[in-house]
Amino acid sequence: MATLEVEGLAKSFGGVQAVRGVSFAVAPGEMLALIGPNGAGKSTCFNMLNGQLRPDAGRVWLRGQDITGLAPRRVWRLGVGRTFQITATFGSMTVLENVQMALLSHQRRLGGLWTPVRAMDCAPAEALLARLGMAEQAERPCGILAYGDLKRVELAIALANDPALLLMDEPTAGMAPQERVALMALTAGIARERGIAVLFTEHDMDVVFAHADRILVLDRGALIAQGAPAAVRADPRVREVYLGAGH
Amino acid sequence: MENLVLQALSGLASASSLFLVASGLTVIFGVTRIVNFAHGSFYMLGAYLAWTFVTTLPRGHLGFWGGVLAAALLTGMIGVLVEVLILRRIYRAPELFQLLATFGVVLVVQDLALLTWGAQDLLGPRAPGLRGGTEILGLRFPDYELFLIAVGPVVLGLLLLLFHRTRWGTLVRAATQDREMVGALGVNQRWLFTSVFFLGACLAGLGGALQLPRESVNLHMDLAIITEAFVVVVVGGLGSLAGAALAALLIGELHAFGILVLPKITLVLVFLVMALVLVVRPHGLLGRAPGPPVGGANTAEPVIRPAPPALRWLGFVALAAAVALPPFFGDYALSVLTEIAIFVLFAASLHLIMGPGGMASFGHAAYFGLGAYGAALAAKWLAAPMEVGLLLAPFAVGVFGLLFGWFCVRLSGVYAAMLTLAFAQIAWSIAFQWVEVTGGDNGILGVWPDAWASSKLVFYYLTLALCLAATLLLRRIVHAPFGYALRAQRDSALRSEAIGIDAFRTRWLAFALAAVMAGIAGGLFAYAKGSVFPTFMGIPRSVDALIMVLLGGVQTLSGPIIGALAYTGLQEQLVRLTDYWRLVLGLSIIALVLFFPQGLAGAARSAWEARRGDA
Repeated sequence: MATLEVEGLAKSFGGVQAVRGVSFAVAPGEMLALIGPNGAGKSTCFNMLNGQLRPDAGRVWLRGQDITGLAPRRVWRLGVGRTFQITATFGSMTVLENVQMALLSHQRRLGGLWTPVRAMDCAPAEALLARLGMAEQAERPCGILAYGDLKRVELAIALANDPALLLMDEPTAGMAPQERVALMALTAGIARERGIAVLFTEHDMDVVFAHADRILVLDRGALIAQGAPAAVRADPRVREVYLGAGH
Repeated sequence: MENLVLQALSGLASASSLFLVASGLTVIFGVTRIVNFAHGSFYMLGAYLAWTFVTTLPRGHLGFWGGVLAAALLTGMIGVLVEVLILRRIYRAPELFQLLATFGVVLVVQDLALLTWGAQDLLGPRAPGLRGGTEILGLRFPDYELFLIAVGPVVLGLLLLLFHRTRWGTLVRAATQDREMVGALGVNQRWLFTSVFFLGACLAGLGGALQLPRESVNLHMDLAIITEAFVVVVVGGLGSLAGAALAALLIGELHAFGILVLPKITLVLVFLVMALVLVVRPHGLLGRAPGPPVGGANTAEPVIRPAPPALRWLGFVALAAAVALPPFFGDYALSVLTEIAIFVLFAASLHLIMGPGGMASFGHAAYFGLGAYGAALAAKWLAAPMEVGLLLAPFAVGVFGLLFGWFCVRLSGVYAAMLTLAFAQIAWSIAFQWVEVTGGDNGILGVWPDAWASSKLVFYYLTLALCLAATLLLRRIVHAPFGYALRAQRDSALRSEAIGIDAFRTRWLAFALAAVMAGIAGGLFAYAKGSVFPTFMGIPRSVDALIMVLLGGVQTLSGPIIGALAYTGLQEQLVRLTDYWRLVLGLSIIALVLFFPQGLAGAARSAWEARRGDA
């Protein structure tokens, strides 16, 4: 069964049709890239998948379960991790605590009024951070972290609930080229190892063609092509609307 | 029928006066984002200055109208003074700090007015040419009221012309929508802010000056009008001129007809309407949802860590002193210490929602007062012993906390704070007007501790034990997962939702928990004083709590404790030492805001960290 299945997703803002009838599926362990020029509807599409936006039409299934229109926190409980285009972490907590929050929430222990968080088992959070190469930064406050490191923290948070699906909105935006490659290689490794389906948007074509198993191309809200990187690269429509006439 | 028409007309006259004050407040907020508590003081100053001018200048048209205008302009200049000397330095400070600074101005102005004009109510002359009345439907209606009715729309028209037909007005409207952008376009913001403050203070001064022929000038005008003006501005939508006009009309007529139809609940009515409007339209009648918070989203709040050993030792020493020394103190000192312990808990409870919760409350005294009334009513009507009263109070308050909180925590920023204020005022009005049950203004007397706790010393220890336990529990909770979840939703709504945290439920429970804790403090306070009064949940009491938290520092856990100690101690001493304690306290608050923007505990921590960093 596909991890994520999307059928006929549509959304309008006022008179503008941001997303029109988008359908696709992501398989376990698959890295699927969603690309398209600015304003193509990538972020809108993303925000409908994890419940931040309610679609006007269409259905979203996670492992066969209809999750259309559920609130983001419910979608997360069903196994969808997410990173944001502009990182969102808890600035008044350390890196370790950020990850612990996600773990505690996953274990439904956030109602606790007595035992201090500092006294709780942090081995799982530390293990996650070590996997992402952030072990040494564990005790630093998130508010003062470099941007590239914040992206890693977000990824650690997103992985904390053992997700079936990882949604990454521009995971490498604002990073140096070398960091980008490293982060995406790491993500791909973890995804394959755990069988996580990854859907990501990305502007950097090097990253996309290096790491995506399959690519979806969105233009003015509609899917104009999908397939293996080589096929998408060769597709004349993609070259025309997206890569531009010069390529 | 005739009566109704006249009532409607007098409602219009009130609406007009209210609009003058509220328009200034809303314009100032729109541009500077400052919730100006001192706006009521400008109004009062306008009235006092007008009295001085009008009674000094030769009688006649020129003397009266010239005096009124001069008073308005002079008030405007005073507004400029306040802006340049104080507010200009703290535009980047958190919203609540600005509020605190303007409250300092309120205190200072109160005592300066007392020094200048004395405590007596002053009566001004009636307006020349408008002394008579006009027959309307066979009944006489004062000409001056008719004149006031005309003033409102005329001022609204002039303001609209000013904002839509001049370059300055365009800039003001632009700044109301996006301050950063106006700054980026190279507009001199200092000048813009100062001029807006001048206009706003002028309008308030004019509003006050025009009251001269209507009512006596007194020292209570400032707080009386500021609550009304806040209501109007919030109901209309912060920053919206047309909204303020509409809301002034609504509130003015509500007053006029409320007295006729529901004389028993006139005080509640206004706040009920405000609560209703905010529940249905969270940004007021004509207000727009504010953009993303200015600089608030990614400001790095410090990480909360367990207290450093030095601070722990200090705490132990203070606690040991609090336990060991009181047997050597007299009754007065014991009363003061008991009060301090109560206020530490009161401040700590507010801190939970303001600090980790990131929500502002202007009405936290509601829960303190409800706790006090809960205990007192149990004693009076159920003849309950003290233990039952002290237990009943927080439970009752918890119910109210859940009820009011359910509405309040949905809103954010100033609107949420205003809704808490509305609920507090509703609670206050009920205590004030439901005389049969609450005794009204006379309060409930004879709420004394049981025999075993009747000595001041024993009651002090009881208070200390309960307040200490509750305060430590609050600290514990901040370090526990729930406290972390609370901070998580404050730090990033997006991320906390994305990891399964229900922000509404978290905020709601925290609000109720803070209410319960304030209820414990209030219950103890009732038995400490032996009586309860509506003032227990009045605005000044809420402001006390705010000051204690901000004084100590919102970002530190020790802040509210230190703030409560400093503020209660300072106030107690000042009241004993000088009649002009408001002046000294106001100046201290202003100095604190200017020089210790992180609060006392925050400043201490910065100094400590800086020293440690050097070593």
